[in-house]
Amino acid sequence: MTSDSIDIINAFALLTNFVILPALSYGSQLALGALAVTLVYSVLRFSNFAQGDSMAFGTTLVILISGYMISRGWTITGVPTALLAIPMSIIGMSIYLLTMDRLVYRHYRKIKAKSITIVMSSIGVMFLTGGIVRIILGASPQRFADGERFIFSVREFKSYTGLEQGIALKTSQFLTVTIAILLVAFIFYFLQKTKTGKAMRAYSDNKELALLSGINPDKVVQITWLLVAGLTTIAGTLYGLDKGFAPQQYHLLLLPIFASVIVGGIGSPIGAIAGAFLVAFSEVFLTYAYKKFLIYLLPLSMHPSSLVQLIGTEYKYAISFVILVIVLLIKPTGLFKGKVIVDE
Amino acid sequence: MAYLEGKNLVASYGVVPILHECSVEVEKGELAVIVGPNGAGKSTVMRVLLGMLDATSGSVTLDGKDISMLSTQDRISHGLAFVPQTKNVFPSMTVEENLQMGGFIRQDDINRTIEEVYALFPILYEKRKQLAEQLSGGQRQQVAFGRAMMTKPSIMLLDEPTAGVSPIVMDEIFSNILDVKNAGMAVLMVEQNAQQALNIADKGYVLVSGRNEHTGTGKELINNPEVRKKFLGG
Repeated sequence: MTSDSIDIINAFALLTNFVILPALSYGSQLALGALAVTLVYSVLRFSNFAQGDSMAFGTTLVILISGYMISRGWTITGVPTALLAIPMSIIGMSIYLLTMDRLVYRHYRKIKAKSITIVMSSIGVMFLTGGIVRIILGASPQRFADGERFIFSVREFKSYTGLEQGIALKTSQFLTVTIAILLVAFIFYFLQKTKTGKAMRAYSDNKELALLSGINPDKVVQITWLLVAGLTTIAGTLYGLDKGFAPQQYHLLLLPIFASVIVGGIGSPIGAIAGAFLVAFSEVFLTYAYKKFLIYLLPLSMHPSSLVQLIGTEYKYAISFVILVIVLLIKPTGLFKGKVIVDE
Repeated sequence: MAYLEGKNLVASYGVVPILHECSVEVEKGELAVIVGPNGAGKSTVMRVLLGMLDATSGSVTLDGKDISMLSTQDRISHGLAFVPQTKNVFPSMTVEENLQMGGFIRQDDINRTIEEVYALFPILYEKRKQLAEQLSGGQRQQVAFGRAMMTKPSIMLLDEPTAGVSPIVMDEIFSNILDVKNAGMAVLMVEQNAQQALNIADKGYVLVSGRNEHTGTGKELINNPEVRKKFLGG
């Protein structure tokens, strides 16, 4: 092989390691959160501002339960204990969300409050949830990933391929993508094929007609919260395994999640997933410093002296904003035609 | 006693009185039509019969049993079915899924009933995998009927089934309604197109300001000079 073509392979190995894999797993995490927001929006008819902090709460449960499991030695070698703590945490999360529904949202459903009123109440739930998380775990960042860190590391990759640049596959990345695919497949199967899932769609489509068909609205709402609990806990845990846990970080996730939902088309589950990957890839691609990448590809005379970073990482949340603005200006219904709920 | 009877119904939206001792009844295999000017309370009668609005006095009986106290869902499982005027399908679901949702409360096998609906409306079988929102107005109305028939109702309530459709589609819908009636169901419908509706009706009610103004067979009402002058445009 010529050194030129090796350079190209090195350049793309670099890109895979620092851009594509991180964006893929970040996109999967956003997709699960965006799917939860979409479900709440479709069935309960409000934009759930508490989603980011709910993910923090779910992760808090995972941290507490996995901590206990580690202290009792209930672990499996190589597997992050957090994974084993997920089922119990989803149960806890379900109880929390159903309680919030009983205490807050149900009241507004009963008095047929405007969507915007329920949105405001969800901001209240957001602050409450964020507060509870900080009371339990404090505000400072922490890591809770244990087990094997890599499926294969940069060094292993390098010695195996002989390339100058290596690709590492982190356990957290592998788990994120695998679990996200399985979970999304399950949610779509549930909504498309099961009687309960269809009833949820029917209720979301036409509430009055669903009642006339004998669909029990309370049950639809409960099932929705159970699905949201699962998605939220898993999304939060995967994000935390990947990037560490910090309440403020989770709180801010709300922005890229909402951007994903709107870009994809509000109320469209497929749109939410597509939007999540679009937002994630934009964020990572635009904040990556391309200096090394270009050095591989360009002749010596053209080597860049700067970092060649389009946008500093501190501005990454601005990217979500810009995407939001562009979509709302050009195609307000999103990539997949979504539907906007208008109060009657 | 008639199969479905609403007797001396009084109802109001908040403080606004709508119905004043209004009575309607319909037998099995019979088509009864409620006509009248806008705001006469025609749709309100339906809502009261279905339990979607509580009557302040009066009673609703089905086959001699008082069902005034039952919830809408319970009335549906007792054999009432309703096709609303608008928003009467699940738009982003397929025709088949619409029918499945219609039979949601049934515990037994609903596939036989789905086939019966397809037999009645063959076009729905062809379009069974299509989303309801992609169908034409008339086809969508058939989906709405089909959905309501999934509970195997003994009485069907229709709220202005021909509102906003072309005359050709209107004929099609009326012929569908006659099919449903001839299948032995009781049909009670509210209609704007009074002339055409009374033509095919066994029984008609002219409602004005929430009161029974005229009652009779469809023919009697059409031939009644006062009804003609006031409600049928001469």
